[in-house]
Amino acid sequence: MKNSLGRFVPDGYIPFENSSAHKAKKRVTVKEKHISQGFEELADISEMFDKLKISDGMTLSFHHHLRNGDYVLNAVAEQIKKRNLKNMKIAPSSIFPNNKILVELIENGNITDIYTDYVNGPVAEAISRGKLKGMCVMHTHGGRPAAIESGALKIDVAILAVPVVDRSGNGSGFGGKSACGSLGYAVSDLMYADKVVFVTDTFTDKLINAQLNGTYVDYVIKTDAIGDPAGIVSGTTKITGDPVGLKIARNTAELLDELGYIKNGLSMQTGAGGTSLAVAHYVKNVMKAKGIKGSFASGGITGYFTEMLQEDLFNELYDVQCFDLKAVKSVSSDPRHKAISGSRYANPYDDNVADKLDFVILGATEIDLNFNVNVTTDSHGMLLGGSGGHSDTAHGAKVTVITTNLVKSRLPIIKDNVTTVTTPGEDVDVLVTERGIAINPRRKDLLEKVKNSKLPIITINQLQEIAYSITGKPEIKEISGKPVGVVVYRDGTVIDTVYKI
Amino acid sequence: MRRSLLFIPGNNPAMLQNSDVFESDAVIFDLEDAVSVTEKDSARNLVSLYLASLKKRVHKEVVVRINGLDTPFYGDDLKAVACGRLDTIMLPKASVTYLRELDSLLGEIERERGLNKKIAVIPIIELAASVLEIEEIAKYPRVNGVLLGAEDLSGDLGVMRTKEGNEIAYPRMRLAYACAAYKIDAIDTPFTDTADGEGLEKDCRYAGNLGFNSKAAIHPNQVPVINSVFVPSQKSIEWALRVEEAARTASRKGLGVFSLDGKMVDKPVISRAAKIIEKARAYGLI
Repeated sequence: MKNSLGRFVPDGYIPFENSSAHKAKKRVTVKEKHISQGFEELADISEMFDKLKISDGMTLSFHHHLRNGDYVLNAVAEQIKKRNLKNMKIAPSSIFPNNKILVELIENGNITDIYTDYVNGPVAEAISRGKLKGMCVMHTHGGRPAAIESGALKIDVAILAVPVVDRSGNGSGFGGKSACGSLGYAVSDLMYADKVVFVTDTFTDKLINAQLNGTYVDYVIKTDAIGDPAGIVSGTTKITGDPVGLKIARNTAELLDELGYIKNGLSMQTGAGGTSLAVAHYVKNVMKAKGIKGSFASGGITGYFTEMLQEDLFNELYDVQCFDLKAVKSVSSDPRHKAISGSRYANPYDDNVADKLDFVILGATEIDLNFNVNVTTDSHGMLLGGSGGHSDTAHGAKVTVITTNLVKSRLPIIKDNVTTVTTPGEDVDVLVTERGIAINPRRKDLLEKVKNSKLPIITINQLQEIAYSITGKPEIKEISGKPVGVVVYRDGTVIDTVYKI
Repeated sequence: MRRSLLFIPGNNPAMLQNSDVFESDAVIFDLEDAVSVTEKDSARNLVSLYLASLKKRVHKEVVVRINGLDTPFYGDDLKAVACGRLDTIMLPKASVTYLRELDSLLGEIERERGLNKKIAVIPIIELAASVLEIEEIAKYPRVNGVLLGAEDLSGDLGVMRTKEGNEIAYPRMRLAYACAAYKIDAIDTPFTDTADGEGLEKDCRYAGNLGFNSKAAIHPNQVPVINSVFVPSQKSIEWALRVEEAARTASRKGLGVFSLDGKMVDKPVISRAAKIIEKARAYGLI
């Protein structure tokens, strides 16, 4: 079966129609569970397996807030391996290179299905090589909570790394030796999993404003360390010094200004990459020069945005995860900096922040002549990421801007058709590169606003020609292996398939 | 007319590929100081092949800084890069003697290759002796701009370079006057602290006030600052347009001298306004 974009959809999945299809559907939520009698403390992960009778075929979920420093998913994987459990399904909100132990479990059939929003490193490669017996289901950050609350993704046990837990079982990422700030992606797992286990390295008597409510918690395990602080958050996230990235960022801010989006009350989101932060920097300069105050910035939050909050350039920050230590400190201490859940961030069926964005700045591994964007695979079809919040914010924001170098490592970024569709072109409005800006012809309103602009605005086909004049036209490689994964759009439909390579 | 001239190391393929995106008025592909002795041949080949690969003009001006005439490299440099895409040769450690020799070599190459253009020369004043013959250098026919090379020059003088630049006040002024006299570009020395945007802007304004109309950049991130300083300000453009309009009205009335905002306007003031307008138009500011 093919979806509306002409992409193959394997049997058993619903084909993608369009990015607004969810509006015709009603929010479905399974019953939340509340435990009122308090949690039981377990000695270690092994006892958890015994106590909860974790057995073949069960689904275990995790969050990725400890990022490349996480110990908990790996410790659980060790137990699966030791007990030689089979056909396990895991649902970590993201998978990083430090989770490479999973490769062995995938090869041995211990783990056969993966549900995640983002995967890179050795696990991504193992999936792309066809080693996973089942499928890798790639959600978005907003689609994952929607899938969990509706029961489409049923979790038997949520095993959640929590930097600080109090005597009532409430949890927070604001303190402890593995502090990571917001724990937004853990909230749906907490509320809807059959059983919830917190793994912590720090107990405290009483948490104020805990993000994770202890009434959902069945068990708590105290361990020496839940993560390596060096891998959890970077010390600082910096604006790029790369002159090409800076030019792209400058032009993006100028364009947003010409389009009239840098105005009082603006709301924005950027990624944490150097070029995205540079856009924030140039937007900030315009805001300061014109005396503009924004309403909010959202998403994964970096120190740069906390500085803008301190300078009173925003009323609030909505933070689903922290990317650096400054953000962790700010969310822990500034009441205007609010930790939010993944559902509140981007669940299409929730009153979500992404839908209230004026503009979002996103990246692309590939973009095509229809403005479809791929951030899931490389041009060979190898998994290297995933939507995260890409397609959620692209749909929600009034203007979605993709910033990317026109040529990366000698490869032109604009394709006739992207290898894998992550975000549909109907939600992508502008592409800014170092050699020109292309506006999606669907956005006649934007084209009208910039018709007298001095910015280098050309068509995406012209931009592709410029890229080809530098690199030549690459040969298109047919990808025809068996499906190893599906790219699930935020409404639960399949927008594309990932193949064995 | 130039504002910014951006140095690009000749041995860096990625920088060559992106050399046209930074909006400098000229790019200077460097075969001299940015390239170690062991890389001279590969840089020369790379720049040569890059220029040959350009299917159309993508730079406003292509400059190549060859190695000095006191080295064994300059002859091969010239042979490698002299082509239809080359506009200008930058001559290090310039002197009138070297300039004559370069002129003769370029003449030969232009004839041999049938280039229907005269390759221009930007000499670099970076020796004390060059400062003393700056007028002769500035009036040489192929020369359409002169660059001050303050780093080497202060080394020749045996003084420390400072951000304030008091040690190069004399050559700066002398260069600015020579270039103004022969109506060529006075190109200021690069500002070497690439992380100090404010310092760069201050240095540009100072040089601009001395009579420089452009500055060399050693990092692409310096180009937007330089381009923004070496153009007329919005205020001065507005003033010049008002002068132009008032001059037209006065001319109709047969007046050579008139008053604007209580100040006398005569021919020199009108000429100054015309220059501002010309420059503003050239850079699309009006």
